[in-house]
Amino acid sequence: MIDIIISIFLIIGAGFALVGSIGLIRLPDFYTRLHGPTKATTLGLGALLIASMIYFSSRGETSLHELLVTMFLFMTAPVSAHLLAKAALHLRVRSEVKLPRCDE
Amino acid sequence: MLATAILIAMALIILALVLNIWRVVIGPDTTDRILALDTLYINSIALLILLGIYMASSAYFEAALLIAMIGFIGTTALCKYLLRGDIIE
Amino acid sequence: MKLLKRLVPHPIFSLVLLVVWLLLNNTLSAGHILLGSLIALILPWATAGFWAEQLHLHKPGLAMRFLLLVLWDITVANIQVAKLILNPRRKLRPAFIHYPLEINNDFAITVLAATISLTPGTVSIDVNGDHSVLLLHSLDVDDEDALIAEIKARYEAPIKEIFGC
Repeated sequence: MIDIIISIFLIIGAGFALVGSIGLIRLPDFYTRLHGPTKATTLGLGALLIASMIYFSSRGETSLHELLVTMFLFMTAPVSAHLLAKAALHLRVRSEVKLPRCDE
Repeated sequence: MLATAILIAMALIILALVLNIWRVVIGPDTTDRILALDTLYINSIALLILLGIYMASSAYFEAALLIAMIGFIGTTALCKYLLRGDIIE
Repeated sequence: MKLLKRLVPHPIFSLVLLVVWLLLNNTLSAGHILLGSLIALILPWATAGFWAEQLHLHKPGLAMRFLLLVLWDITVANIQVAKLILNPRRKLRPAFIHYPLEINNDFAITVLAATISLTPGTVSIDVNGDHSVLLLHSLDVDDEDALIAEIKARYEAPIKEIFGC
């Protein structure tokens, strides 16, 4: 039973990670590509870490330290997305829609 | 059952890694490449965690945490360089 | 009470440090709880000089509810974005949006920007000099004003209430 739950989480997680990477290839310009990895990949990894937590906990040794990686990623993903977008705007990277003016 | 699921998940992640490397190669902008590298390290953490479950060993966890930290610092440093032309001012 | 406040200037930060230490060692043994508490006491004290300003958590209960709401929204957002990515015939309507801010505390804006980046199809890009406009990029938008109103009601209002600013 636990095996089935872990398997479902594993497949969901890996699926989301793959969707994020497909988005990275498929979407038309940089600013839209930014959305794929920052979201899908973070949740994908979250699901994988939950699976790992259930797996190690079901073997007797309670294991919660995967929470650390999840917490860390949820804190850093917005920061790196923000910095990348800012850098792209600074360099005037091509976009499908009109770019807003730069403040600097 | 579980072993099969892990192998399928690994295959999906590896496909994702290949797509990321493809984006690193075709660009077209520097920011695209940095974004692809960012995704690459997150996917490699996923692969490490899968390996940890596969081998029933929690030793891979520390490696995953370290990659998460160093990857984030790498992305930040590269963006800072693009923004300012310098990393430590 | 005053002594306690001087001893533990940032109680929430100290608690987070203790929990992180225990998670890192993946244990609940007495020795590590003692060592973790020591670290949780010393670190905030040693770094006190670097803290810009202190923001008080006015409503911890609301903060917890807000956290759960954001976690739920992240899950929903991921499914939405996945659908957008996987549907090849769907024409995306990306847009840059200028979002007028009501809060103007640095930390509160940071929390709002991170929340926006993690939830449905939006990434926060920049904030202007006097902290009045947040620049967002949205993956697929049909009504800008509706999106702005939704962010205002769903995220900015609770954050405003939680930090009381």
